Amino acid sequence: MTNPLPTQARLHALIDAHRTLPGATLPMLHAIQDSFGYVPDEALPMIASALNLSRAEIQGVVSFYPHFRRSPPGRHTVQICRAESCLAMGAEALEAHVKAQLGVDFHQTTADGTVTLEPVYCLGNCACSPAIRVDDDIFGRVSARRFDAIVEELQHPAGEGASA
Amino acid sequence: MSVRIYVPIDSSALSLGAEQVARAIRHEAQVRGIAIELVRNGSRGLFWLEPLVEVDTTQGRIAYGPVQAEDVPGLFDAGFHQGEQGLALCQGQTEQIPFLARQERLTFARVGVTDPLSLDDYLAHGGFVGLKRAVALTPAAVVQEVTDSGLRGRGGAAFPTGIKWKTVLDTPAAQKYIACNADEGDSGTFSDRMLMEGDPYCLIEGMTIAGLAVGATQGYLYLRSEYPHAHRTLQAAIERARAAGWLGTNVADSGRAFDIDLRLGAGAYICGEETSMLESIEGKRGVVRAKPPLPAVSGLFGQPTVVNNVISLASLPIILARGAAFYRDYGLGRSRGTLPFQLAGNLRRPGLVEKAFGVTLRELLEDYGGGSASGRALRTAQVGGPLGAYLPAAQFDVALDYEQYAAMGAMVGHGGIVAFDDSVDMAKMVRHAMAFCAEESCGKCTPCRIGSVRGVEVIDRIIAGEERDRNLALLGSLCDTMLAGSLCAMGGMTPYPVQSALKHFPEDFGIDTSAGA
Repeated sequence: MTNPLPTQARLHALIDAHRTLPGATLPMLHAIQDSFGYVPDEALPMIASALNLSRAEIQGVVSFYPHFRRSPPGRHTVQICRAESCLAMGAEALEAHVKAQLGVDFHQTTADGTVTLEPVYCLGNCACSPAIRVDDDIFGRVSARRFDAIVEELQHPAGEGASA
Repeated sequence: MSVRIYVPIDSSALSLGAEQVARAIRHEAQVRGIAIELVRNGSRGLFWLEPLVEVDTTQGRIAYGPVQAEDVPGLFDAGFHQGEQGLALCQGQTEQIPFLARQERLTFARVGVTDPLSLDDYLAHGGFVGLKRAVALTPAAVVQEVTDSGLRGRGGAAFPTGIKWKTVLDTPAAQKYIACNADEGDSGTFSDRMLMEGDPYCLIEGMTIAGLAVGATQGYLYLRSEYPHAHRTLQAAIERARAAGWLGTNVADSGRAFDIDLRLGAGAYICGEETSMLESIEGKRGVVRAKPPLPAVSGLFGQPTVVNNVISLASLPIILARGAAFYRDYGLGRSRGTLPFQLAGNLRRPGLVEKAFGVTLRELLEDYGGGSASGRALRTAQVGGPLGAYLPAAQFDVALDYEQYAAMGAMVGHGGIVAFDDSVDMAKMVRHAMAFCAEESCGKCTPCRIGSVRGVEVIDRIIAGEERDRNLALLGSLCDTMLAGSLCAMGGMTPYPVQSALKHFPEDFGIDTSAGA
């Protein structure tokens, strides 16, 4: 994920690519977060200036949406579903297990920097509850044991070394 | 001749290991020198059997499931690739599985059957027939057809689609829009996701029909960011549809233009509310707008806009292809056509059941769902998402119909059904409903923003047994205020789960029911 360009230049390119879209704020923020993993402080005045809006307006948009992060996450983001269908299938117990196992609460990152834990309300995997999301992968019927195996793979990837 | 094998690429199937199964099948076939054609289809919606692998044979498609990667060598040993049926995992002919055989799949006719991104497959299965007919009709005739079909908004509000369209058609403007609401945030719902992943061209065709009908040349598809797989599928489908001339400046050789811009939400539940979604597409905070003006008159960027849910739009191709009467013949009363019900939560056979309106909750929970997954008695089901009522078993026999549900203080909504067994603590669920409202409120109106926070506090006092009667009265009054005074359904319907749970399950709140109070 290393990118040789300085932050400002990267931001400029991402903002420029979406400048002419109607309602460009969210597409810009998504592009920036997809590239950086979060929305850096420097991005806000640059977006504001590109869209001829105030910095406060951009700040207001970023803070409204839970998806946008203002600080770098861990190497992986794990979301635990807290919605009704998952609650009907033991999500509360799973959430307690996950927090104890990782030693973090929601919105925190494990000490080794591997996992940032976030809550989510519904992943649309309600027929396979309880569900979690790890980065862009969804997992269903997640037991405590299955969760431990998933985290073990994140912390010690089987292919590590060979592919790196 | 190669054997055609289907392994779903649907999120839920992937969440249970479908990718590993597909890889194992490819590997095993190669090692054994067996020629196969691996098709990645959508899901049939039989989720207790996912990953569900199908093999194409002379007797139709034969189903095997649930398959894990480690089962694959054994399946080949036993000859599953020749459709061998004497295997433990074999479910027989897919179409004959009772859960599927008894459904009425109109909107979901292709989902799980075809390769979602193959335009040839889409055309071979009746795709674009509806659009071609719409092209040949006048816009007013298309709107009339949709009105006559009886289709009502499938996102939950159940507003007649044709009436909404007529307003947009009759409002003069240089630019009009179609905004597809794919912010499917309600727990227990996944039909939008399944359709977008399993038959994306159906949604594209539906949006295009809507565009031609009201004179809109630009569509926005607002998808929630929680659906990464649907995002990839839609992106690819829109590009392919455009390249093939189904979108763009000359749609289906009609000389008329329509195109779609795919936009991603960012984790805010409230953006499933139509005006909040429009704000979000415009690049703003997803704060609800006061109505009027209706979006049909002044919607996206201040222009006349059709805002429709995914399933409403995806029902249009078959309505146009088969005619209004064909669709209207399904259902009862003022609830016409079919609804893809989504069986979720604590059920032995969770999945998607598309049926005509009029089916009962008991049929869905017991005949289709097979009772609870835990083996305990089913106690309640929440119908219509987190803002829907909790129904007791005594109400399981009421026909699922918009009016009959409204009459008992419940709602059909988007057709999501979450089942709970008798271990559920309803006081906890009620607290959850209020806390969810507090978390997700856009903050514009006081009853929702402050009411939900006070609601959690009052419920906590009731659970703790502090001045229970006084606090119950206070909660009742608070619910009345939220119901009548909120700007949108977020605050206005949070009282549904709260009041239904209090009414039907008072014992969970420490309320003494012995006196008959």
